[in-house]
Order: sequence, then C-alpha cells, then structure tokens
Amino acid sequence: MTQETASEEKKRNPIVPFLRIPEDPKQEPYLWGSKCKACGSVFLGERIACGKCGDTDSLEEVHLSGEGEIYVFSVVHQSVPGLEAPYVAAIIDLPEGVSIRGNVYGLDPEKPTPEWFGKKVKMYTEKVRTDREGNDVIAAKFRVLN
Amino acid sequence: MKDVAMVGANMIKFGRYPDKDVVQLAADATIGALKDAGISINEVEMVASGNLYQSNAMIGQRIMKEIGATGVPVVNVTNACATGSTAFREAYLAIASGMYDVALAIGSEQMGKMGLLGAGGGNRDYSTEGVMGTGLMPGVFGQAGVEHMRKYGTKMEHFAKIAVKNHKHSIHNPYAQYNVETPLEDVMNARMIAWPNTLYMCCPTGDGAAAAVLMSAEKARQHTTNPVWVAASALTSDPWQERNPTMFDVNTVTRNAAKQAYDQAGIGPEDLTQVELHDCFATAELIHYENLGLCGDGEAGEFIDRGDPWVGGRIPVNASGGLLSKGHPLGATGVANIVEIVWHLRGQAGGRQVENSKVGLAHVIGLGSACTIHIIKK
Repeated sequence: MTQETASEEKKRNPIVPFLRIPEDPKQEPYLWGSKCKACGSVFLGERIACGKCGDTDSLEEVHLSGEGEIYVFSVVHQSVPGLEAPYVAAIIDLPEGVSIRGNVYGLDPEKPTPEWFGKKVKMYTEKVRTDREGNDVIAAKFRVLN
Repeated sequence: MKDVAMVGANMIKFGRYPDKDVVQLAADATIGALKDAGISINEVEMVASGNLYQSNAMIGQRIMKEIGATGVPVVNVTNACATGSTAFREAYLAIASGMYDVALAIGSEQMGKMGLLGAGGGNRDYSTEGVMGTGLMPGVFGQAGVEHMRKYGTKMEHFAKIAVKNHKHSIHNPYAQYNVETPLEDVMNARMIAWPNTLYMCCPTGDGAAAAVLMSAEKARQHTTNPVWVAASALTSDPWQERNPTMFDVNTVTRNAAKQAYDQAGIGPEDLTQVELHDCFATAELIHYENLGLCGDGEAGEFIDRGDPWVGGRIPVNASGGLLSKGHPLGATGVANIVEIVWHLRGQAGGRQVENSKVGLAHVIGLGSACTIHIIKK
C-alpha cells in the first residue's frame, strides 16, 4: 500500500458537514449551523431553505456552542459489526435552539438512570477511523461535565 | 368521496421463506384475497403494490405476471414501514374517487435475517453510527420511550409488560412468526438491545405478504351481503419540530393522523372496539396509547398496569400479537394489520377473537416519517 504517499497528503476530515475543523491547528474544531432570521429556527449545517417557515432568503451561518445538555438517551448494546458497545447514544440540546445526536462518555452504560436527564455535556473531537484515502475521520463526541 | 368496502382479505404466515421469492409470497397472499372476495384477477381494475427493499424492481407488475397480467394500472408504492398501508390507501382512493369499482392492495417483503435497520447508509467511512449517537431503530425507539420516562416517570417494567401482553396474544395467532409466551421476568432479563428495549421488546425481521380487495358499495353488494367498510384513511408526514430530524418524532405524525381519521369516521377513540398499532418496539406501543387517544397524556403506564389493552380488557390492542410476535416484513405489515381487523369484524379470528368487535383502528408509522391510520367498521 502507498502509506507514505497517503500520510503526506493526509487530511483531518470531519465526519459530518456541520463539524468544522479549522486549518490552523491552534483553532478548536466547532459545530455550526444555519439560523433563519425570518422565524428564528436553527438547523445543523447548511440549508437551502428554512424547514419550518420555508424562507429562502434570510438563512445565516451560526457558530454553535459545544456545550449542551442531555435531553434523552438510549444505551445501545447491539450495534453494527466493528463498533464498540454498549454506548450511551443521546439527543443533546444546544443552547442555540438546535439538537444534535451524540455519544456521551463519563456515564456508566450498565446503569442508565433518569438522573442523566438534563446533565451538562461538553463536545470534544476524536479520530474515529481512517478513510479509504488515508485521511483521519474526526467525530464530535461529548463528555459529562461535573 | 364514495363509500369503500373491503370484500377480500388475506395474509400468509409471516416468517422466513428462503426457498421462495417475494413474488411467490405476494401471489400466494393475493390469490387468497381474491378467493375470499369471490372474484378472479380479471375483475380487478387497478393494483397498488407496497414493497420497500425491492421497490425498484416492479414488484406489482411481476405479481400480475404470476397471477394474471391483465394490463390494468399498477402502482408501486414505498413509504418506509408505512409502505403497505400507503398502498392500501392508494387502492382506497382509487375507489373513493369514483374512478374504479374494484381495486387490489398488496403488501410484500422479503427480509430474511436482515438484522438491525436504520435510516442512512451511504459512505461507510463517514457513517456516524455509534460514534455520534445512533440512527438504528432500536436506539431511536429506545430514545422515544426514554422521552416518556422523562416526561411522566414511566418505568422499564411498563414497556416490558407490553411485550408480555403481545407475546401472550400471539399464541393464538397461526399467522405470527413467533408463538412464544414471555413472562415479565424473561422480558426484563432478556439480552438488552437498546435500553430500555430487550430482545423480546423488539420486533423480528422476516418475510411476509398480505392483500386486500376493495370495492365500491354497488360492486360490493354483488359479491357479499356483509362487507366491512373503510370508515377513514389518513396519511400524514411529520411537521417541523424543534428536535426533528435529529430526533425522529413519532408522536406528532400519529396524533395528526389520528385526529384526521377520527374526524373522517365521525367517531372518537372511545368508540373503537380494538386497535392494531405499530409496536415495532415495546416503547413505541406505549407512547401510541396516548397518541391515539386510547388514554390521556401521561396515563399510558397505568393503562398497561390495569390491563386495559389486553384481549378481554377495555380496548384490546394488538390481539394479533403485534409486530413483536407477528414479525415486521416492512411492505406487508400495513396491509396485514388491516386484514387482522377485518377478520375480527367478521368473527374469523379464532382463539384471539375480540368478541363482538365492530370498529377497529389500524395504525402504522414509517420513520422519516409517514403515518397511516385506517378505521374499519362493520
């Protein structure tokens, strides 16, 4: 294999379009979305139109906070082959008014409890795999804040 | 809109048929429905065929080539888990509009041991599954149940009791994939799939087919003195919600469809004698008790605790054993649960018969989302 060639051209690619990884390594990766100025709705990533009111002219990019809270969760025990399980799969509400799916770490997946509702979590990024071109695939994950 | 009668109804036993193809399964179900209606394929004026995983392969026409290619309009329908019921609705609309007098709805699917289903797919290198939450159905419906826990303090036991009920009902259903009773302790201690759903709280994949013959009132009277009627046919998609599509919303689509269906039928949930609802997971059934108005918001836990949705209870839900026992061959499911209601209304449901059932509701939800509700009455 051409690993040396690959490493020369290796990039850090976000796993989803709404995670941005600045080229300057000193800048932290961040989540971004689009806000409809007509009705105030916020969406992950880029939008052609507002999915709530249909407006096409007033969507603007917004920087999303990497801190949010757990709305609900499940603990996935049986997943697709090659993935580590169990893991806590949550819906996380961000303060900007949009929600994101995320794995949450710092909780015991064997002991799910209603106490997890509303827990504050903070985003971090991690390489989760290498793609076919040899690039790092970077995901956003969440850690419980105590 | 014209009145629409159901004159023929049939399904095959759901299960795994590795030696047959999907067209053979569908043909088997369809020939039975035509016989039940007392007609031949030559009298059918339009066909709506629901199939999800082979929907690009002209399943409807292939079924006609198997049982009689008469040249009538055939439409192939796909709408996630609501595929079969959306095909049924197309056949219903064909009659209700006055354009046709005899329509055939077929639902079929061959899944084998397909395992975990999810929305998405695409480039595996960039799949977010398991690294940024989950889009697989067990986790998604786990979260939907956990939302009810958050709002109302519902416990895992409440969901588990639903699996106990449906598996108990299934022992009287020869068309179900599984006929295995599962006591509460077994359900609670079974292998966890996605909390709070254990193995027995998740529907199996499989193969199946079901078919229905619909007719105008005038035509129906030529074939039967005792038809059942489609009192309502509602189809909704999910309106914008704050957390959707990050978190699929299975509640609002169902509530909207229920309101439309009750309005069309001119009845309320208190007038129903039975319900077949979309229990793809035990958590789903519990939240749909409230979405369909079978009990008040926040009361679903008490509803199952009291035994209300058992056969013999206040409003029997999933007398068939539900998808949890019957299996969920996606395209077949929506037609099959209407067939189940018809059998009860006719008094043909054997050991699981809901006594003196007069008005049944069949509910299906396809994630992404589509919800159908049909109300069938004597």
